[in-house]
Amino acid sequence: MDAPIIEIRDVSKRYDEGRPALAGLSLEVRAGEALAVLGRSGSGKSTLLNMIAGLDKPSEGGVTVDGVRVDSLSETALAKYRRERIGMIFQFFNLLDDLTVEDNVLLPAQLAGVPRGKARARAAELLEQLGIARHARAFPGRLSGGERQRVAVARSLMNRPPLLLADEPTGALDSASAADVRELLVDLNHTGQTILLVTHDTALAASCATGTIELVDGRIARDVRAAAR
Amino acid sequence: MSALGKVVRAGVGRRRVQTLVMTLTTMMAVTASVLAAGLLVASQAPFDHAFAQQKGAHLTAQFDGTRVTAAQAAATAHVSGVTAAAGPFPVLSLRPHVGTNDSGMPVGDRLPPMTIVGRADPGGPVDDLDLTSGRWATGTGQIVLPDGDAPFGIGDRMEFPDLPGRPSLTVVGLARSVGMSAEAWVSPAQLVALTPPGAVPTRQMLYRFDHAATDAQIGADRAAVAAAVPPGSMTGAASYLKLKLAASRASATFVPFVTAFGVLGLFMSILIIGVVVSGAVSAATRRIGILKSLGFTPAQVVRAYVAQALIPATIGTVLGVVFGDLLSIPVLGEAESAYGTGSLTVAPWIDLAVPAVALAAVAGTALVPALRAGRLRTVEAIAVGRTPRPGRGRAVRYLLGRLPLPRPVSLGLATPFSRPTRSATMATAVAFGTIGITFGAGLAMSLNDIQNGLSRRTPGAVVVQAFGAPAPPAPGTDPTGPPATPTIKPAVRPKAIAAKISAQPGTGRYFSTGQARVSVTGRAGTTTVIAYQGDYSWGSYQMVAGSWLSGPGQAVVPSGFLKATGTHLGDTITLTANGRSAPVRIVGEALDLREEGMVILTDASSLAGLRAPVLPESVEFDIDLRPGTDPQRYLTSLNAALQPLGITAQANSGQLSGTVIAMDALAAMLTLLLLAVAGLGVLNTVVLDTRERVHDLGVLKALGMSPRQTVTMVITSVAGIGLSASALGVPVGMALHDQVLPVMGHAAGTRFPAADIAVYGLPVLIPLVLGGMVIATAGALLPAGWAARARTAIALRTE
Ligand SMILES: Nc1ncnc2c1ncn2[C@@H]1O[C@H](COP(=O)(O)OP(=O)(O)OP(=O)(O)O)[C@@H](O)[C@H]1O
Ligand SMILES: [Mg+2]
Repeated sequence: MDAPIIEIRDVSKRYDEGRPALAGLSLEVRAGEALAVLGRSGSGKSTLLNMIAGLDKPSEGGVTVDGVRVDSLSETALAKYRRERIGMIFQFFNLLDDLTVEDNVLLPAQLAGVPRGKARARAAELLEQLGIARHARAFPGRLSGGERQRVAVARSLMNRPPLLLADEPTGALDSASAADVRELLVDLNHTGQTILLVTHDTALAASCATGTIELVDGRIARDVRAAAR
Repeated sequence: MSALGKVVRAGVGRRRVQTLVMTLTTMMAVTASVLAAGLLVASQAPFDHAFAQQKGAHLTAQFDGTRVTAAQAAATAHVSGVTAAAGPFPVLSLRPHVGTNDSGMPVGDRLPPMTIVGRADPGGPVDDLDLTSGRWATGTGQIVLPDGDAPFGIGDRMEFPDLPGRPSLTVVGLARSVGMSAEAWVSPAQLVALTPPGAVPTRQMLYRFDHAATDAQIGADRAAVAAAVPPGSMTGAASYLKLKLAASRASATFVPFVTAFGVLGLFMSILIIGVVVSGAVSAATRRIGILKSLGFTPAQVVRAYVAQALIPATIGTVLGVVFGDLLSIPVLGEAESAYGTGSLTVAPWIDLAVPAVALAAVAGTALVPALRAGRLRTVEAIAVGRTPRPGRGRAVRYLLGRLPLPRPVSLGLATPFSRPTRSATMATAVAFGTIGITFGAGLAMSLNDIQNGLSRRTPGAVVVQAFGAPAPPAPGTDPTGPPATPTIKPAVRPKAIAAKISAQPGTGRYFSTGQARVSVTGRAGTTTVIAYQGDYSWGSYQMVAGSWLSGPGQAVVPSGFLKATGTHLGDTITLTANGRSAPVRIVGEALDLREEGMVILTDASSLAGLRAPVLPESVEFDIDLRPGTDPQRYLTSLNAALQPLGITAQANSGQLSGTVIAMDALAAMLTLLLLAVAGLGVLNTVVLDTRERVHDLGVLKALGMSPRQTVTMVITSVAGIGLSASALGVPVGMALHDQVLPVMGHAAGTRFPAADIAVYGLPVLIPLVLGGMVIATAGALLPAGWAARARTAIALRTE
């Protein structure tokens, strides 16, 4: 088997005096996996995701993604890393409300300096694929929650990242829209997309993840991947 | 109330950058206003101030010592109308020689006649002198000189080789007399010792009167005093009104540009306070909503709101008053020495009025949005933070997104359009900053040009004076009266000097000037004529209009002359002396401020028929050296040649006017303050903006926006505004300059040459226009860096 796409070694994260958000956590994720991270509120799920995305640095330990030591990158290198290797989806979509759907989706490519024509072609393709092409000129405020999350997914896939990170992607959606997004992620994983998914939603975890881990107080309390495979 | 207080304090503490900026801008605004208002008030009547402080003499009278006894003179203090008197002081007019000194004056040079007063004490009921340094002359061999215009410093010596015993005096102190009652003071005993054998000192009396506001009142007072002594024994009397006019002239010249800065600063303060407060309001609207949902009444909300603005504003105001007062010490010190009158301070009422106005402005400005917040429905207020308002400027954003620009640039350029009001206020702040710097820079350049123009009246690289120093009119004497005649040795003959200069290798062109006094038909009294001899074609003053002298029969006059006489270019005026007359035609209007511009420049041969003698001690040669001549060597060799004549040549080191230096310092300080406030205004706006957009920034960074791209975006969001604002501010600043300078000229009694006003060339304009961008960028740099460093994970949590 190939080297793991995510390799986390003994990572701890302390914010202040209190109990650490992550406590000596180690984790490997292989390409093609769709791993769901479960856990109670405050167990450190988002913190783990932030470490992988390079949005925050561990207090101890190392995070390697796709061969890159994320925790030792400079801010500029991190920006490049996020642009090229990571796609992120959030609970509250995090779309820019002043930009059209198309401009939102284009952003990662534009920041990466992808030629205009190529970027627009890719955006059109993604919008089509996700069924939101007719909203291309609309502003996100007009869209339903499910549609907004589709836009966010399209944006995250813009630069064909090897790794997709999702933090409660269905947390702000009604059950119908949630099911919609769930299907979308399953489809993506079937095309080979590696996904790391943080969720409370056991249904989401069960249906679209190839494995599940559960965090308790910043540690992995349960790893049920072997069973799933 | 204590719960509310807690909420307010928490609000202030939570927004640290904004609170700091609010404090700083208020401080800057108050500092500038205190300084501007303080200066304005202080410059209004510095002479009056100093005159009142020193109990200056309304009238300085001289009595013939042979005909009026000391007792008789002292008795004039009881003339009706006299409220205070000092004297009699013995007075002598002597011509000292330069002794050993540290002031770089050639030892042995003879000085013009000096009015020396014997006075035991600098204080008194009238003319209470300011001893500015050193101590009073109490013993033998000591002398005190007026501070400011004397070239001597403490420790320098003056010799009187013509007097028995060859007395020598050491300068022990410098004093300032607003009434200019003397050119030197010694102890009465020393004055007796200086009296030439057989001579009797004049007696000086200084008076203050009940009624001394007008020339007529002073005239009546003078007549009353004269009536108390034998007829004709009062040999002279000088009114303070003349000095007041001359002194107010200097200060009046400051007023126009200080006012301009004051008005700019005032507008700026109001603008900044408005921006800061309404910015704070819109940033905290949601907070207000939460407070109301917790049960605060609208009135409490309004109060909490105004208080939230007032707390940092009060701190800033207090600091501003302290800072403004501290800054005023050196600034007013400059102005003070430029005014040459008494010590100036910020009037206490300004220290109260300015903060009151500033705080009222803060409260007033805060009240408007606070009332809005108080009326706001709770649901809406809370909703504000959640759902972004329907964004404005989306069309612009959309179009900019299509432009072939890097995305961070097009995002930055679009930012101003989503908050047009805030962008407009920021643009205004930058525009004010640009107006200030354009005006300040133009002022400095014009003053420099004017200074250069003024110094062109002595154009030579080397100057030879028939006497060591040019003779200023003696104090107490009427400058329009007959000149003091040299009492002892005649000046060196100009022909002898000219011969030496001619013979000197390295001499290029040279000419001489000398002063004579003539009458001008239609005008009372006499006027100074400066007579040119030799090749004076290169000796042109800076011309306001017309042309320089090109031969006999022509005259060039300063603006002041034209104004005083009502004459114009091309008019012919008739000069008369000794019953003869000579017509000259006015061909040029020159820039010159000496003697209020009441001089006439003409070729010496224009005066040939008048038999009006040129005063030998006023003769001066201006020498232009041959190209390639080393000035220092030329000077040494010329001085060797002049040695037998007892005079020396000097390198012409153009002097800097203290007034110009003071104006430059003031303008620079006010410009800097204005710029700082403008920069802070931008800083505040960008901080507010960045705060509001911190979540968007987090998203962009999560999508891979690099620190450089972030900084680029934030900077382009203000650079565009900066550029357009300065494109607007520069012409306004130029217009202001072009308006203010002629007013300054008018106050100084002259017109300025167009060339001195037209100072804005392209090499100046380009940096000025870019300057607005620099102000904006400088103000944006801090928050831009902050935005770039902001922790993305935290930013994303602000949802
Ligand atoms: N920036 C921060 N500063 C201080 N403490 C933080 C910060 N971010 C997270 N924490 C703390 O770290 C712990 C883990 O937080 P994290 O956001 O990872 O939890 P989570 O599992 O994502 O919870 P939820 O399901 O509610 O999103 C919590 O106790 C939280 O309070
Ligand atoms: Mg979380």
